[in-house]
Amino acid sequence: MTALELRGIDKRFRAVHANKAVSLTVARGSVHGLIGENGAGKSTLMNVIYGFHRADAGEIRVQGKPVTIDSPQAAIAAGIGMVHQHFMLVENFTVLENIVLGAEGGRRLASGLAKARDELTRLAREYGLEVPLDAVVSELPVGLQQRVEILKALHRGADILILDEPTAVLAPQEADQLFRLLAHLRAQGKAVILVTHKLREIMAVTDRVTVMRHGAVVAEVATRETTPRELAEKMVGRAVLLQVEKGPARVGETLLNVDHLEVRDLHGVPRVKDVSFALRAGEIVGIAGVAGNGQSELLEALAGTLQPSRGEIRLEGRDLVREQLDPRARRRLGLAHVPEDRLHMGVIRSFSAQDNAILGYHDRPAYNRGLLVDRTAVRSDCEQKMRDYDVRPPNPKLSISAFSGGNQQKLVLAREIDADPRVLLVGQPTRGVDIGAIEFIHRRLVALRDAGKALLLVSVELDEILGLADRILVMNGGEIVGELARAEATEERLGLMMAGIKAEAAS
Amino acid sequence: MSAPTKLPRWAELGLLPLLNLAAALVLSGLIVRIMGENPWTACKLLVTGALGSQEAIGYTLYYATNFIFTGLAVAVAYQAGLFNIGAEGQAYIGGLGTGLVCLWLGHWPFWAVLPLAVLAGAGAGAGWAFIPAWLQARRGSHIVITTIMFNFIAAALMTYLLVNVLIKPGQQSPETREFAAGATMPAVHELLAKVGIEFAATPFNLSFGLALVAAGLVWLFLWRTRWGYALRVAGENPTAAVYAGISPSRVTIGAMLLSGVLAGGLGLNELMGAQHRLLLDFPSGAGFVGIAVALMGRNHPVGIFGAAVLFGALAQGGSQLSFDLPKLNRDMVVVIQGLVILFCGALENVFRTPLAALWRRKEPGER
Repeated sequence: MTALELRGIDKRFRAVHANKAVSLTVARGSVHGLIGENGAGKSTLMNVIYGFHRADAGEIRVQGKPVTIDSPQAAIAAGIGMVHQHFMLVENFTVLENIVLGAEGGRRLASGLAKARDELTRLAREYGLEVPLDAVVSELPVGLQQRVEILKALHRGADILILDEPTAVLAPQEADQLFRLLAHLRAQGKAVILVTHKLREIMAVTDRVTVMRHGAVVAEVATRETTPRELAEKMVGRAVLLQVEKGPARVGETLLNVDHLEVRDLHGVPRVKDVSFALRAGEIVGIAGVAGNGQSELLEALAGTLQPSRGEIRLEGRDLVREQLDPRARRRLGLAHVPEDRLHMGVIRSFSAQDNAILGYHDRPAYNRGLLVDRTAVRSDCEQKMRDYDVRPPNPKLSISAFSGGNQQKLVLAREIDADPRVLLVGQPTRGVDIGAIEFIHRRLVALRDAGKALLLVSVELDEILGLADRILVMNGGEIVGELARAEATEERLGLMMAGIKAEAAS
Repeated sequence: MSAPTKLPRWAELGLLPLLNLAAALVLSGLIVRIMGENPWTACKLLVTGALGSQEAIGYTLYYATNFIFTGLAVAVAYQAGLFNIGAEGQAYIGGLGTGLVCLWLGHWPFWAVLPLAVLAGAGAGAGWAFIPAWLQARRGSHIVITTIMFNFIAAALMTYLLVNVLIKPGQQSPETREFAAGATMPAVHELLAKVGIEFAATPFNLSFGLALVAAGLVWLFLWRTRWGYALRVAGENPTAAVYAGISPSRVTIGAMLLSGVLAGGLGLNELMGAQHRLLLDFPSGAGFVGIAVALMGRNHPVGIFGAAVLFGALAQGGSQLSFDLPKLNRDMVVVIQGLVILFCGALENVFRTPLAALWRRKEPGER
């Protein structure tokens, strides 16, 4: 029995043909995967289903009947629920208040709340969705916050549930719990659409999978009958390497030494607690951890954009903290930084590609002639970078925001690597980057390691850490809870350590 | 993906401001109508009053000179992410510097007085901008609040100085004695007369050229030097600035100093070019008009030049208007200016959105 059927959905934004006659059928009691690279049209399609956009052409049928969905309200009325990647919860409300928000059922809050409480207790039992109804949302771990979102959708009578990149913020164990929950929903006859770019999840939990590329559906197959390699190739349109090829590390002298480092945030809360480690030439050290466990602050403290409250950072003997060296001075000493949040830190969105390609290096003699910027040098330098790093389109004058995430990242990487650093700090190098570019970026990072540089890699993608790192440090609650050589590391073990269980106990 | 509102460059820089201006004028016409005058007559008077004769053009460009200086002052701060409301006060105090040099050294030859007057105006303007800048950079006091307050302090200080210290002895009106000949900025009609061209006598003077040079230098600084680059980075994205090793607080102070220098240019035109003495309230709101000029000129020197001439024309044409049609007093001109600011600044998207929609509809065909 069909829960949701899309027929010939077509949507254009100016010159961008975001959805080209997309048809999709999702059966009741099934989990349907939707994968595709960034910009393949997945989000547009989901926004059409949920009423944020109206399709230019095409038909949406819910439970066999054609419906018009012109607003999220209409989508909810049709029995469609959506769990966004970034939760839509009021942080300082309780779970119960969040769930009834917008569906209070009358002018008086108390009676609505009481009715909702009974209903929710029933729903929670039925689907195994235990959530403390009176807890304040901000005090819940992300995994539970996500459950609140799911419960909210179910409470509004959703029979079709759309989950947009639901595991981006979860530890592996939390993701497994989510998958069990999805299986439960499937058994209850719900239709679930799982939007993701992680092949592992598609293989683990879906019944069927639809692959999109350039706005069109390129394949729809039963998950049992396909392989991750086949799906990846369909997504990208050519053969891809899922595994990074690399030889053993040839480790040299210690370049970066971190000693008892502590970083506090604006409120004085310690985010990095007593962290010590060493980084040596010729190795990639991965920092694994669930997002928000101090990795970002550690990276920023090393790069010089955050001031540590205690401890030492020594780069080839010089103490960066005591000398109070700013990021510019650190760059001169050979410490480069590919920031985690590309759009807020790594690039200036309103600037051209060539102006972005000198960010942080703009006062180098190579880019200046006397008092003035040497525009010819800046442009030809950017052209060179674009050639070397396959940035497309290779037009230095184009605004950086006109490039895809992958191409922006390649340019940032080119900027930092071309400066020939001794130590490279890399945060989330492939966030928002498509599979084709991921492969390229990973190969570059390994090449840099083989050239005898030291790399510190912070990533929330376990696959990335496992694929690139020679040594893995795991952070939880601001502390390094363990260190594993690549050979000893498994997803399972890392997952337990990321959840805060110490190395010894995890083994 | 949200609906993009990007327009072709020519529409963005040409069509859109024109549409906004037209809308402002239409609305002004309605008001003129309500006041009981013929909008068409008023419009004709406004245009001829501003551009209809040599005299009109001279006055228009003389006003425009002030607005170029203050517009540039606001724009440089804006490019650094700072909203400098204090160009009025900075121009006032900057003018004090220029005026003092002119009073003391006016008997020197012009070529010797000019550089000193420029430096004194720039220095005094920058000095007045420095205090709010320092408070913002080191203490986090909001620059909008402090610069507004510094306008009042500047006004009070100047009133005190002119009434009690600098006033020419033996008179009632709070102004200094007239500058000596060396402190007089050559007027354009005088310069033209030397090469045999006749031009009506107006206060339009050499500082217009200085304003154009300043506009060129500002462009060169912002878009062609590493310091201008750093300033724009800090203005666009302070987080990225810190990442790049650019200190946002140093940019704040540097940009405000430059802003003050530019505002200080007003004294050259107003005091050395027109009034030939220091007097009360000589910036007469040009610092605030500068905000509108920068806004309408998209904080770019070329746009600022155009907007300054427009506002100069409104100022000159407006005074002609109130002279010929007594029902429309000077305040009416302020209303028109206000409407132009409203449409070009606050209501910018009123026309942008439908225009962008028009382009979207056109686009798929020409892919």
